[in-house]
Amino acid sequence: MAPISREDVAHVARLARLDVTEEELDRFAGQLAGVLEHAADLAVLDTAGVAPTAHPFPLVNVLRDDVVAASLDRDEVLAMAPAAEDGRFRVPRILGEAP
Amino acid sequence: MTGAVDIARAVRAGSRTARDVLEEHLAAIDGREGELHAFNLVLAEEARAGADEVDRRVAAGEDPGPLAGVPVALKDNLCTRGIPTTCSSRILDGWRPPYDATVVTRLREAGAVVVGKTNMDEFAMGSSTENSAFGPTRNPHDPSRVPGGSSGGSAAAVAAGFAALALGSDTGGSIRQPAAFCGVVGVKPTYGLVSRYGLVAFASSLDQIGPFAGNVADAALALEALAGHDRADSTSILEAAPSLSGVLDRGVEGLRIGVIRELVDGIDPDVGTRLSEAAGALEAAGAKVDEASVPATTLGLSAYYVLATAEASSNLARYDGVRYGLRVDGDDITAMYGATRSAGFGAEVKRRIMLGTYALSAGYYDAYYGQAQRVRTLMIRDFDAAYASYDLLLAPTTPTTAFELGAKTADPLSMYLSDVCTIPSNLVGHPAISVPYGRGDDGLPIGVQLLAPALGEATMFRAAAALERSLA
Repeated sequence: MAPISREDVAHVARLARLDVTEEELDRFAGQLAGVLEHAADLAVLDTAGVAPTAHPFPLVNVLRDDVVAASLDRDEVLAMAPAAEDGRFRVPRILGEAP
Repeated sequence: MTGAVDIARAVRAGSRTARDVLEEHLAAIDGREGELHAFNLVLAEEARAGADEVDRRVAAGEDPGPLAGVPVALKDNLCTRGIPTTCSSRILDGWRPPYDATVVTRLREAGAVVVGKTNMDEFAMGSSTENSAFGPTRNPHDPSRVPGGSSGGSAAAVAAGFAALALGSDTGGSIRQPAAFCGVVGVKPTYGLVSRYGLVAFASSLDQIGPFAGNVADAALALEALAGHDRADSTSILEAAPSLSGVLDRGVEGLRIGVIRELVDGIDPDVGTRLSEAAGALEAAGAKVDEASVPATTLGLSAYYVLATAEASSNLARYDGVRYGLRVDGDDITAMYGATRSAGFGAEVKRRIMLGTYALSAGYYDAYYGQAQRVRTLMIRDFDAAYASYDLLLAPTTPTTAFELGAKTADPLSMYLSDVCTIPSNLVGHPAISVPYGRGDDGLPIGVQLLAPALGEATMFRAAAALERSLA
């Protein structure tokens, strides 16, 4: 597997919604390459026919009766938001300017 | 300073007040907290009110609970209603959760008194508590050394006598490794045995809450209070809480215990010596001890750092400046996300989010994430095979004693290697306990680890108690 490049780091940072500086790009590229190099022992392993495990124990759906019960207080939750308005979270604009 | 079992017995009997016990612990905090920085927040007034309520119940003839008056410290990734819960991250700046974690509710119902929220590696990502936005915690046995991590504040709090018990979370060893470094008992229960409702998620298929304690009996009492099904956590198993305190003196006669060969490779000689002594002590107490092989454990570190970072990259997507914590403004929502997350997360959290995002990205998914999941299957098979021949497994908790502050911060991989002995239990979902077993050549504590199959806590605690007795 190819070592991780500066461009790879910039790409995953964009995917992860992280702004990284030029200096961070260099540092993270080296550090991530080191960890991925260590993880190369996984890649060479023959795992043909081995099923993946996503969770330590088999899980079944957890169901309950659909009954009305107390939940978190809306105002208490919204009070913790950076910005709220009319009982909702307020965010910056999500679309470009109208033409 | 006495342990949880003794405190609860005395408070329940009315021979000591919870308030008196609390003041003794608050005085210990006053004495050394400035030097050690175990806490992000000390809740002295809330704790005094809690202790007084326990004393009122005792005076009124009510049952004050099995942990009556026991001072407990909480890792700062456990939600406490109206009380800041930071995960030692700037991104949760100002957040006060609107609910209590189930474990917090259970501790209070059991009569425990919460003394504070402990420092940790940011979002539990680290092995030294140096990745905290609020500065490192120091090891009470030698303040030039780390306490381990990520639950380093909780381990240090118990070791320094700030609390009789503490809670931590263990995703790859974050309870057991700091317990070993600080010379206290640390337990990672079976996955799903303790509710995680209100635990801020790191890697959901691995995370488990467990106790730190000064001795095995205290840890048993704590786990009995914490365990048991919770409908608020869909991964909570249906088992009732195990009975542990009653089995501690049953001994290990006839138990088959295997020392995991692969986890002894590469450990420091003094750690190896203590492990051999522990094996000898179990044998002298009547167990049949020999060498066991669990081959896939050698792949644990690689599999873990792919799976845990992949899950973390998804779990930490929620910190986006919309619903809680920090927001750094931007011209549009995408700019706000990037500015908020870059300002709010520390370097290790960013590294892991990027590593996990990379492992899950198109073109690499199967080579890393898919392959790590298949290794997890291999590891489950290897442990199942070992447990066909053994009741318990024995291993070092850490390859070394506590290292110096700053020794591993520049090289993430060297830091990750300190979890090599603890990671396998998380990948397979099994319980493990770290028990202090003597000291290293540098005079610092060494821990040994007993591992059990799923829900094997009772047998595991029996052997842990036998190990502890062998030192007495």
